[in-house]
Amino acid sequence: MKGKNEAVQAVWTYVALLVLLVISVGLRVFHLGIVESILLLVIAGIEAVAVLLFFMRVKASSRLIWLFAGGGFLWLGILLVFVISDYVSRSWWR
Amino acid sequence: MTNNRAILYEHFSDVEQQRETSTTGIWVFVASEIMFFGALILAFSVYRFSYARAFSEGAQELNAVLGAVNTAVLFTSGLTMSLAAATNKMGAKFPTILLLLVSAILGAVFLAIKGFEYHEDWTKGLFPGEGFHWGGANSPQVQLFFILYFIMTGFHALHLLVGIGLILVIAWLVLRGWIHEEHFMPLEVAGIYWHFVDLVWIFLFTLLYLLGGKV
Repeated sequence: MKGKNEAVQAVWTYVALLVLLVISVGLRVFHLGIVESILLLVIAGIEAVAVLLFFMRVKASSRLIWLFAGGGFLWLGILLVFVISDYVSRSWWR
Repeated sequence: MTNNRAILYEHFSDVEQQRETSTTGIWVFVASEIMFFGALILAFSVYRFSYARAFSEGAQELNAVLGAVNTAVLFTSGLTMSLAAATNKMGAKFPTILLLLVSAILGAVFLAIKGFEYHEDWTKGLFPGEGFHWGGANSPQVQLFFILYFIMTGFHALHLLVGIGLILVIAWLVLRGWIHEEHFMPLEVAGIYWHFVDLVWIFLFTLLYLLGGKV
């Protein structure tokens, strides 16, 4: 049954999100410096992908939806990469 | 309206095309929202690089425990929203309404916790403006952190408030039999919006509460 499969998938996604939340909060205990920052961003990325694919049901959607969902993040990525690379590679703003 | 058939509006050729159009529409909206919150996150990131120490000191004033609890609350509301969509497709009307109401209540719990945090910040003199009080150095830069903190979390809370209203309307439509197992797209579309609010919070929590306290 379609609805039942969706429910099972949602429960597993929820469990994974809670585990990732516990890991990200628990990382603060170890004081890992830059490694911790990178791990926190990676965990946030994994959580976001899980929400997109399973909660927002992009995984089960058509290619057109993949295009629109990907498009938003693609333009955001261009904005972030170009602006941040400008700021970190110049000295005029310091 | 009978519950055993899908509603097909006249400008669509079939139900499948109608569903695809609804999903595409909400994703166009979500893409614009990604740019909206993305610009705020970009502004925060640029100033985070520029004033690392001041932003770190400001972030240490935030209540990370309440931030983590709120993240769990939002994840739980995401689950109940997904389960509502699933039970609706199974034709279970009252479990769907119950799950929708639980999602809305969890959204309200999130806002209540956020309100408590805002009150805490206000009493500590951390709300930007004339009443802002910072004992240490870099006061203007720390104030800039709190300006961005209140704008980002404030807009997120506003989106959540809209989402709660949307869920209550959907629950009413399910109760009236307008949304059912064959006509489920309004519930699916509201779900995509609700999960997007979760998605934004994942990054706000990580950037402000978890990464924020580091130099």
